[in-house]
Amino acid sequence: MERTNRVADHVVLGPAPEVEEVCIYLDGKPIPAKKGEPVMSALVAAGVTVFRHTAKGSPRRMFCGIGRCTDCVMKVDGVPGVRTCVTRVRDGMRVERQEGKGSWAEEAADGKA
Amino acid sequence: MEKHKPVVVVGAGPAGLCAAIELKKAGAPVILLDENDKPGGQLFKQIHKFFGSREHKAGTRGFTIGTSLLDESLKLGIDVRLETEVVGVDPGLRVWAVRQRASSELIEASRLILATGATENALSFPGWTLPGVMTAGCAQTLINVYRVLPGKRVLIIGSGNVGVIVGYQLMQSGAEVVGIVEALPSLGGYGVHTAKLARAGVPFYTGTTVVRAEGVESLERATIAQVDGSFKPIASTERTLDVDTICLAVGLTPSLELSSLAGCRTIYVPELGGRMPLHDEYMRSSVQEVYVVGDTAGVEEASTAMEEGRLAGVHAAWSLGYMSDDDMKERVDETKQRLNALRQGVFGQKRFNAKARIIQESQLR
Amino acid sequence: MSATERYLKTKGAPSLAELEAVGMLPKLEDLARGACLCIECVEEIPCNPCETSCPNGAIKVGDPITNLPVIDREKCTACGLCIPSCPGLAITMKRVQGDRATIRFPWEYVPVPVVGDEVEMVDRLGNVVCPGKVIGVNAAARNDRTLVVGAEFAAEHVLSVISMKRKRS
Ligand SMILES: Cc1cc2nc3c(=O)[nH]c(=O)nc-3n(C[C@H](O)[C@H](O)[C@H](O)COP(=O)(O)OP(=O)(O)OC[C@H]3O[C@@H](n4cnc5c(N)ncnc54)[C@H](O)[C@@H]3O)c2cc1C
Ligand code: SF4
Ligand code: SF4
Ligand code: FES
Repeated sequence: MERTNRVADHVVLGPAPEVEEVCIYLDGKPIPAKKGEPVMSALVAAGVTVFRHTAKGSPRRMFCGIGRCTDCVMKVDGVPGVRTCVTRVRDGMRVERQEGKGSWAEEAADGKA
Repeated sequence: MEKHKPVVVVGAGPAGLCAAIELKKAGAPVILLDENDKPGGQLFKQIHKFFGSREHKAGTRGFTIGTSLLDESLKLGIDVRLETEVVGVDPGLRVWAVRQRASSELIEASRLILATGATENALSFPGWTLPGVMTAGCAQTLINVYRVLPGKRVLIIGSGNVGVIVGYQLMQSGAEVVGIVEALPSLGGYGVHTAKLARAGVPFYTGTTVVRAEGVESLERATIAQVDGSFKPIASTERTLDVDTICLAVGLTPSLELSSLAGCRTIYVPELGGRMPLHDEYMRSSVQEVYVVGDTAGVEEASTAMEEGRLAGVHAAWSLGYMSDDDMKERVDETKQRLNALRQGVFGQKRFNAKARIIQESQLR
Repeated sequence: MSATERYLKTKGAPSLAELEAVGMLPKLEDLARGACLCIECVEEIPCNPCETSCPNGAIKVGDPITNLPVIDREKCTACGLCIPSCPGLAITMKRVQGDRATIRFPWEYVPVPVVGDEVEMVDRLGNVVCPGKVIGVNAAARNDRTLVVGAEFAAEHVLSVISMKRKRS
């Protein structure tokens, strides 16, 4: 993946540790993630700037990063309204940008099955 | 019998960890609960060296302090339950905890120590909901815990220690800080912290506020302007900065949910973050079996949070008969001396006075 | 000390006059005599690692812990141990020899500088003052990840130089 916002080297934290990589899917597109990190950080690392749109269509990403504000909610494995800043990635996890409150229905959108 | 029920400590930040350590050392049964999957509270985000004296582990980085407190709690065999959120407390000291958002349990406590920390304040202005606007703590978590950079060009709102520390740490992770905005006429943070950013060329804008944030799908620009005597932006002084991130560092407010459920009386103390539970000199709230420590009892620092935790731990252990009067007195006096030392100087005196007011008020009622 | 405090509390760093007012600007004769420790910590904050890190008792904060640190130049051996101990990164060591000056300062950014690097020396507000050259990088474990970088530059800038410019990655 050419575009990454991961911090490779750091005087205090040292070089980035080797962490097992897993793959999650954002609206069907594969995104590399580090085992154990929250969905939020995998998306930020991949340069994703919009996590969802409100019912009125305004874009949102994360705000508090610790599970308090619900700005970062997305549809995760079919469940809408999941706070991605406190939800760990899992290999094969399906993450979708939701519109408004989202729906439980399987959205066979984006041209994929 | 009361003595055999556990003391329940909610929140495994510096305050809660220190309280639990004191209780366990005294031989009291203790359970420490935290909603996160790792204890330490704010400490693991703090990669800078702390101020204070040797007893406060000054000169040691926050996360190192966190690790050593954890090691100590592990060595003592404290019952730490992680991914456990406390959602309710009743006046009979029954604590309702939910584990991994799935199973729930009711714990009957002999004493309750609330160390739930504080929540970052938000600030609303046109465009503040745009992707790219976030709290300073959010950015700090991303860079220091997960090691991802939320943006490349950052504007920071608020020049207190949190704002300047996070600004410095964003640069350490490779971002540019294009400015720090402060509505007041003078900077809030320690001069030695602001000097680190100044020498890196970061401009400070005092008497200035953020007017609006703009961008199509995410933040692209921020407009700032000087404020007049009533903190209203002066249109003719507007200037626009290209930024992809705004970090809000506009203060913290004590988390009050559990202490209000427990029926603790509150007091308004703006110097320490707003409304907070009243407490006496031993950190006991208006409900005698409930203690409040750390940021939830008035926003200060990790060093003071640790001492307050110790104070409550010692006093709770004594009140249950796990410590002699003399031992308790001695420990309390030592701890108070260290707390007083931390609340001196131009920055500390205000907090010292505020704390004295809280304690005085608690005696009146 | 309202008038002198203004620079620190509006621009973020003290001016030379503000340093002078609290006796924290080294004298030129001290700088010429040998390596000269400089502390720029002008506010009363509860902090004393500088004092406890010095093996020779050359820095005094004392009681209360909010006192400003005071250097005893007679006792200081210029070992530099206190430089990385300061959480405020407020301690440097300067020296003037002829028309060249050297500085040792704390550093916590990547890329880690390397001896021989041509760098730009900056003043307290980040303005580039003059070119410089890295002559030493100390990353001892006891520094707990704060590097101590040595650099040399033209002596006339010895009072204004405080650090070097960060390289953009
Ligand atoms: C950027 C920044 C820089 C700082 N720098 C310094 C510094 O240099 N020196 C210094 O001394 N201090 C510093 N601090 C302050 C310090 O981090 C805090 O004051 C300190 O962490 C407060 O400790 P605490 O134990 O009260 O709360 P916290 O550390 O916030 O811990 C509270 C814990 O309780 C948990 N919790 C809350 N509610 C519940 C619930 N209902 N159920 C279960 N768990 C719950 C939380 O998840 C958290 O883990 C800094 C803070 C910030 C943000
Ligand atoms: S340079 Fe060495 S001797 Fe001098 S004050 Fe610092 S630690 Fe002490
Ligand atoms: S260690 Fe640094 S910040 Fe602390 S008192 Fe000494 S010089 Fe000042
Ligand atoms: S960013 Fe606030 S809940 Fe996730």
